Amino acid sequence: MKRKMVCALLMMVLLATPAFALSDAYKGNIYEVGKLKPVDSVLKVKVGEIAPGFTLPAVSGRKVSLADYRGKKNVVLSFVPAAWTPVCSDQWPGYNIVQELFEENDAVLLGISVDNIPTLYSWTNQMGHLWFEVLSDFWPHGAVASRLGILRSNGTAERAIIIIDKKGIIRYIDVHDINTRPPLESIILQLEKLRK
Amino acid sequence: MRKQVAVMMVMMILSLPALLGAETLPPQVGASLPDMKIQKPADSAGLKYLGLSGSGTFSADQVKAQALMIQIFSLYCPYCQKDAPNMNRFFSLMEANPRIKGKIKILGIGAGNTSFEVNTFKKKYKVEFPLVPDADFTIHKIIGEVRTPYFIVVKLGGPKKREVVYSRLGAHEDVEAFLAEVVRLTGIQQ
Repeated sequence: MKRKMVCALLMMVLLATPAFALSDAYKGNIYEVGKLKPVDSVLKVKVGEIAPGFTLPAVSGRKVSLADYRGKKNVVLSFVPAAWTPVCSDQWPGYNIVQELFEENDAVLLGISVDNIPTLYSWTNQMGHLWFEVLSDFWPHGAVASRLGILRSNGTAERAIIIIDKKGIIRYIDVHDINTRPPLESIILQLEKLRK
Repeated sequence: MRKQVAVMMVMMILSLPALLGAETLPPQVGASLPDMKIQKPADSAGLKYLGLSGSGTFSADQVKAQALMIQIFSLYCPYCQKDAPNMNRFFSLMEANPRIKGKIKILGIGAGNTSFEVNTFKKKYKVEFPLVPDADFTIHKIIGEVRTPYFIVVKLGGPKKREVVYSRLGAHEDVEAFLAEVVRLTGIQQ
């Protein structure tokens, strides 16, 4: 009985350690951050509310506003904490090969972090050509993340997915454990629900 | 006294991840690949290819072949995406060669990928060999948390169980040369 308990404890501890499968694409350029507090902010918005508007500069050189998509597209906001860190670097490249899954659901994806444009440019270049806009919430620092209540106490954003429908209403919020990646299906499933 | 022993054991267990994290190396050539519980493919074609049936998990030893190549990949890995056509070509070359077909088999394991993510990758790149998930990184941790794509080739049915003959990080542009190397290293009878 005692042996079983020890084995169970051992397995729990092993599985609780942070894990990521970093692509060789980044070589030795990823900064190891260790295990972080899963969530370090308090949400200021709720599902069913109108999403606060914003305009942010994109790596593409454009200025992107949430209002650009009102009445036209569902919007998936993918906030990641920081460029050149482990889990973040293994997130958007997956979204990059499923453009059709977003399009089938009449949705656009906007990637956002609080890094500045030059940093985001260098980092996302390692991911190949991204089909979606990558926005910088750098200045005023983390203003959009702060308005949503997903700015952490160290100035990085949470790892969060926020889905906003064509009417501008927030339909889904996942402030995810910063140490893990939200599974792709959680986003697609929510987008499919918007179609019904 | 019993309490002290129990506290010491808990402390040792809690310190294990750090120790294991520092010491777990990728599989070494000449060593045996750890006996891992791999999730069976969900599709009948994948099961048939590996010589398996049913659901649940399997060990590499159960694969009907003389050698098994394991590709550790991820949907989220740009290099794995870029390498997918090369891997498809590698598989086609093997299947088209009657001296190799059935003797060496390929299995992709999606590190940190769910079934949905693995299937998305399979569909996107029209991968014909089986891909299975390792959603909670269990296998990835056992093999030293390698970067992706990572390739391990093991000989099956030899005197040494699951003998590792190839263990290396990185994609392969020259597919023919890679296949020739795998055939040579596995020493399969052609």
